[in-house]
Amino acid sequence: MCLGIPMKIVEIKADFAQVETGKLRRTINIQMLPGIKTGDYVIVHAGFAIERVDPGRAKETLRLFDEIR
Amino acid sequence: MKYVDEFRNKNLIDKVLQRIKEIMPSAETNIMEVCGTHTQSFCRFGLDKLLPENLRLIAGPGCPVCVSPQEYIDAAIQLSGEKNTVILTFGDMLRIPGTASSLEKERAKGAQVKIVYSALDSLKIARENPGKKIIFLAVGFETTAPTIALSIIRAEEEGLKNLSFFSALKLIPPVMQHLVTDRRLKLRGFLCPGHVSAIIGTRPYEFIPRTYGIPCCVAGFEPLDILEGLYILLKQIAINKPGVENQYMRVVARNGNLKAIKLISEVFKVSDTYWRGFGKVPRSGLRLKGAYSKFDTEKVFRLKFKTRAVKLKTRCRCGDVLKGLIFPPECRLFSKACNPQNPVGPCMVSSEGACNAYYHK
Repeated sequence: MCLGIPMKIVEIKADFAQVETGKLRRTINIQMLPGIKTGDYVIVHAGFAIERVDPGRAKETLRLFDEIR
Repeated sequence: MKYVDEFRNKNLIDKVLQRIKEIMPSAETNIMEVCGTHTQSFCRFGLDKLLPENLRLIAGPGCPVCVSPQEYIDAAIQLSGEKNTVILTFGDMLRIPGTASSLEKERAKGAQVKIVYSALDSLKIARENPGKKIIFLAVGFETTAPTIALSIIRAEEEGLKNLSFFSALKLIPPVMQHLVTDRRLKLRGFLCPGHVSAIIGTRPYEFIPRTYGIPCCVAGFEPLDILEGLYILLKQIAINKPGVENQYMRVVARNGNLKAIKLISEVFKVSDTYWRGFGKVPRSGLRLKGAYSKFDTEKVFRLKFKTRAVKLKTRCRCGDVLKGLIFPPECRLFSKACNPQNPVGPCMVSSEGACNAYYHK
């Protein structure tokens, strides 16, 4: 239920955006994320973008896995 | 898929597992994952087989339809039988057994029950069916609450008069407080839900280490996220410095999504509510407030909706599973009288239910 999928914003039209991942395309509401841009990745839950995915922090997390020793 | 594949890298998984083994305490260590999606990932990727045996991951009350009390299910079924009503619901609610029936059975008998993907779909359906009373079953946690709040605001802006929302929305930190004080669980840490935290941030968990000395870590849902989350918790246990850490920092900020939090508080007020297995948990639910209460199904239909811990007629132990007191296979009905084809309780129906996840392991 709290399932959220990272999807890429392809096109924005007012309060809504087209998002995609792989072959899946959807229209979602983006009112919860002011300032979101085409090309950004967002977490999609029940037809809404609930938060953006921060690329720098994703990289940082992966780097930390690598540093665990 | 970006942000998915790289968090399933096998070499990195082996590395984190190795580190977990190195710092694992020798005593039995109980960690609760509060989120049903964590339980699901955990079973789906077979992570339990990779972890030390004395690390016990206990599923908590992280499945919204599972924690909705029997009276809520029964009231939804009753509403489906009222004249001219259309019930809209997320998919996993359909097969949840009520006391005498289920929404799926009522639908087969002619009741109007439709599955929707988003709360926003309810506006379109209300617009297209002006002669019908549309009822949306608003079930979920903080992740879902702002999506419903925004749908209610848009319904108000459109002036829709034939749409209402039956709230069973619930809040996670209050139920964690309930769990942390249950000594039978002997909890040493909480793996906190990633997408609930995307909305509320990490601050609402801070009372747990501060008051109860129990470590918390917010984690994402890929195998590496979950394993790193566990590693972070074990590290806190090893050095005896409980705090709230954030493994899922690519999505979760300490203060959460402020816009979403504002939407929730604009439309809802916090209230006491009932959870299956737990009974009444103070200040753990959301009800429609102020001008928005005209969209409240309970008001619109004047529901005499008594939420008291009803005695179930079956020997289903979903309540104990949700409280983390037993593992699903410890229930006598598990995989015998109760299975996904013939579920006795909600934890076997929903894909996020612990019984369903353990069944498919």
